[in-house]
Amino acid sequence: MNKDAVILIAEDDPGHVELVKKNLWRSCVENDILQFRNGQEILDFLFRRDDTAKHGEKGCYLLLLDIRMPKIDGQEVLRRIKEDEELKKMPVIILTTTDEAIEVDRFYEMGCSFYIVKPADYTKFMEAVENLGAFLSLEGVRVPVVDGVGVC
Amino acid sequence: MNKEGVILIAEDDEGHFELIKRSLQRAGVCNEILRFADGQETLDFLFVRGDGPTREHDKEYLLLLDIRMPKIDGMEVLEKVKNDPELKKIPVVMLTTTDDPRTIDRCHKLGCSIYIVKPVEYQDFAEAVRKVGLLLSVVEVPQIDGMLKKKGVL
Repeated sequence: MNKDAVILIAEDDPGHVELVKKNLWRSCVENDILQFRNGQEILDFLFRRDDTAKHGEKGCYLLLLDIRMPKIDGQEVLRRIKEDEELKKMPVIILTTTDEAIEVDRFYEMGCSFYIVKPADYTKFMEAVENLGAFLSLEGVRVPVVDGVGVC
Repeated sequence: MNKEGVILIAEDDEGHFELIKRSLQRAGVCNEILRFADGQETLDFLFVRGDGPTREHDKEYLLLLDIRMPKIDGMEVLEKVKNDPELKKIPVVMLTTTDDPRTIDRCHKLGCSIYIVKPVEYQDFAEAVRKVGLLLSVVEVPQIDGMLKKKGVL
C-alpha cells in the first residue's frame, strides 16, 4: 500500500490500539495511523462534521473497525460508510473479539472487506496483526482516493 | 479461514495460477483450491449452472479474481457476484496486472475486498501471494447458503 494512504483505527480499547499500531509497524507498515475512540468520532472524521478533523482534500484511507464501541457501534459505522457513494470505496477491515458466525455473515453482507477475530491470547493477537500488516505493506495493494478518481 | 473453506482462483494464465497456488501453500494455507480459466467458468460455478463443477451449500468461499480473462472479464464477474444477495458475501480479492486508476476505483465501488497489482518480478509475485496467504489464515469467511440462512436466523 502506498505510503500516502492513511490507516484509520476505530477502537475504544487504548491497549488494543497500541498493540495494533506496534505490530503494524513491526511488519513495516509505514503509513500514517489515525485513531478514533468510538463510532461517533470516526463518522465525524469521515463525513467531515468535526472542524478539528485533519481530513485531507483527497485522501486514500483504509479503516480497521472494532464492533463494540461506545456511542455508535461498528455495525452502524459500516452501514453509513457503505451507503455513501464515495466512502463505500474505502476498504473496511473488521477487527473484533466477537466471533459469532451470524456476525461474520452480517458484516460481509454489509460490505466489509475482511473480518478478523482478535485472538484472546496476547501472542496470537500480535501474530494476527503482524500478518495483516505484512499484507497491507505490500507494494501492490491499491487503495482508491475517496472524493475523486485516483489511487494510493 | 476455516480449513473447510475453498479458495477459488479465476486466472486464465496457467503459470500464474501455479505460482499463486504454490505461494499460498508456502504460507501454510492448506484449503482446497479450485481454478477457473475464465469468467464464464467462474460464474457457472458460483451461480450453479452449466455442466462443470458447481458450488455446494454450507461452504465458505473466497475468490481471487484476475481481470483480463477470455469470455467474461473479472470486472463483470465481480459485478454479478456483488449484485447477488447471497454471493455478495464472498470476499473477492482482485489480483491483476491492470494498474489503471479508473479500474481500481470501479472495482472498489463494485465491492471488491482489496485490489492487488501483480508484481512483474517472479520472486516479488510469489512473496506478495505468500502475504495474501498470511492474511487468509487470520480472516473469518462466511458460509454461502449456510445453516444460519436455512434456519431463518438471517
